[in-house]
Amino acid sequence: MEKSIKRYFPVFLGPTFLAFIIGFIVPFIMGLYLSLCDFRAVTDAKFVGLSNFARAFQDAEFLHAFLFTAAFTAVTVVLINVIAFAVAMVLTQNIPGTNIFRTTFFMPNLIGGIVLGYIWQLIFNGVLARYDLALKISAKYGFWGLVIVLCWQQIGYMMIIYIAGLQSIPGDLNEAAQIDGANAWQRLWNVTIPNMMPSITICTFLTLTNGFKLFDQNLSLTAGEPMKQTEGLALNIFNTFYTRVGWQGVGQAKAVVFFILVVGLGLLQLRMTRSKEVQQ
Amino acid sequence: MYYLNFKPEADAAWQELAKAYTAETGVEVKVQTAASGQYEATLMSEIAKTEAPTLFQVNGPVGLKNWRDYCYDLTGSKIAGELSSDDFALMDGGEMPGIAYVIETYGIIVNTKLLGDAGYTLDDIKSFADLKKVAEDITARSGELGFSAFTSAGMDGSSDWRFKTHLANLPIYFEYEADGIGDTEAIKGTYLDNYRAVWDLYINNCTCAPTLLSAKTGDDSVAEFVTEQAVFYQNGTWAYGDVADVGDENLGMLPIYIGVGDEANQGLCTGTENYWCVNKNAAPEDIQATLDFMYWCVTSETGLDYMCSGDEGKMGFVIPFKGNLESTNALVNIANDYVAQGKTSIKWCFPTMPSEEWKNVLGSALTTYAADQTDANWETVRAAFVDNWAKEKANPTV
Repeated sequence: MEKSIKRYFPVFLGPTFLAFIIGFIVPFIMGLYLSLCDFRAVTDAKFVGLSNFARAFQDAEFLHAFLFTAAFTAVTVVLINVIAFAVAMVLTQNIPGTNIFRTTFFMPNLIGGIVLGYIWQLIFNGVLARYDLALKISAKYGFWGLVIVLCWQQIGYMMIIYIAGLQSIPGDLNEAAQIDGANAWQRLWNVTIPNMMPSITICTFLTLTNGFKLFDQNLSLTAGEPMKQTEGLALNIFNTFYTRVGWQGVGQAKAVVFFILVVGLGLLQLRMTRSKEVQQ
Repeated sequence: MYYLNFKPEADAAWQELAKAYTAETGVEVKVQTAASGQYEATLMSEIAKTEAPTLFQVNGPVGLKNWRDYCYDLTGSKIAGELSSDDFALMDGGEMPGIAYVIETYGIIVNTKLLGDAGYTLDDIKSFADLKKVAEDITARSGELGFSAFTSAGMDGSSDWRFKTHLANLPIYFEYEADGIGDTEAIKGTYLDNYRAVWDLYINNCTCAPTLLSAKTGDDSVAEFVTEQAVFYQNGTWAYGDVADVGDENLGMLPIYIGVGDEANQGLCTGTENYWCVNKNAAPEDIQATLDFMYWCVTSETGLDYMCSGDEGKMGFVIPFKGNLESTNALVNIANDYVAQGKTSIKWCFPTMPSEEWKNVLGSALTTYAADQTDANWETVRAAFVDNWAKEKANPTV
């Protein structure tokens, strides 16, 4: 058995690994190189050193996009996790129809971001039109619109992870705490949450990176309007690359900065929440 | 050969034409069309491929800058000899990297039947002051008339180019005329007050509240015009297919008056932003095949029929070549009447706009201003128009 695994592993691993190289490693290395180049088409690039990075950092819109994304991520990480956790708590209490609720809450996650963005644009504009307003006339509407869309999409998904986490906590822990006289609030903070840390780690990681990587919904819901006030980092990079003549290299440089930022934040967050995980 | 087409509305016709060419000559022609607003992005990825487009297009001098290194010099080519005027060649430093293949005209398309219902005729509108008077009168009586003056000036991406590009052309044109120039590194915005006046007129006399314009699409405007909810609709000859339902006898066109210059002799806005370019990096035999195809398109009977006929499934273009045919497009014929009457056509100066970015920023500023028409918000429009012009013109393209 051991031997045949050793002999045949390239057959099983090969195709996926090849796909990973073609679809991920190669573009990634090309991207790193292109961030140091001036180019129109990716196949003929002139090396220009770090000037793209200099231009990226001088771009005030890039900074604004960063701040917008940071604020957006902070709000959505808190909202999505708190609400998803609360819903998960409710839906593990053996109330009737639990499965229907779980399925329904999970469903928005099955719809793609672009479609979701356009549908919600119609909904928001339909409501706002009653007051002679529209989504794209104020950055405030755009920001909270995006928050609502992302929450609606992701709460169900995180809820499933939290439910799985809640179900894996041994019942005797809570029982013992109850016998020792702990009230519900104390049991939540001192028994449930410490035992839920692995789920919390996953969910905060996912919501954090999703917040930063927000693109489809941003493109279709607000497209950065008004005046690029609701343009997130990913959309800013896309627009730099595709709509600005002579800025392709700068767009690529921004993408590299973006990558480092997301990886850095992700690792930091993992370390912080991992250290709070308890051994059962 | 491989043609990357810009105009989605002409896609079906190009596919047919390519088939006809293959049937006649045996040469394979592949035509691909980029999605609306995605041409540059599509070209960027297509040109990197081994099977790159051999024929593509740029929108004028500014678009050319991006693709200059890929353009074959068309000087002395057979198709260049077919141009009806040298004005339609895109020149750069003694070379001819591009050739215009369609001439278009825009203005304010009018439903003359509704205008008549409101008690006016086209002859009543000879200046901006007249237009304003008529539009505001229609707005004042819109409840009783059952329609508005203008269709919604939609600022959705499907429609905002009508204002951030086409309408913005007028203050630029008049400034260029006043200064005797054809392009500039720093626009002064001499006629911005007029731009504001005409924009105010559009947004405050249309079918919806100005705060709702950011959500209105190109289709909304067309629908409002065709279903007789509004009299005026700013667009061009290419939109004939959309508005033909109104009936040729009810269609008229007005120049976009902004209260500048000799309004009595002002004509429609005529020009092009569609230039064919041949990919220099293609194999020599592919370049020759491409040149042959272009020549065939504008000289052969089949080619001309597809390009000029306004029939269903044809392109209905006015082409700047000697073989151009009489059009069945009512708007084209109206445009020709203006020229025949000796009116001065307004040139298309927007190909000299600094960049797509410039247009996009201006569009956002116009939308913001429409929602809240304060002087402070107009200042944002002014900055987008004047300050950003210089900034974008200075944009290092290396």
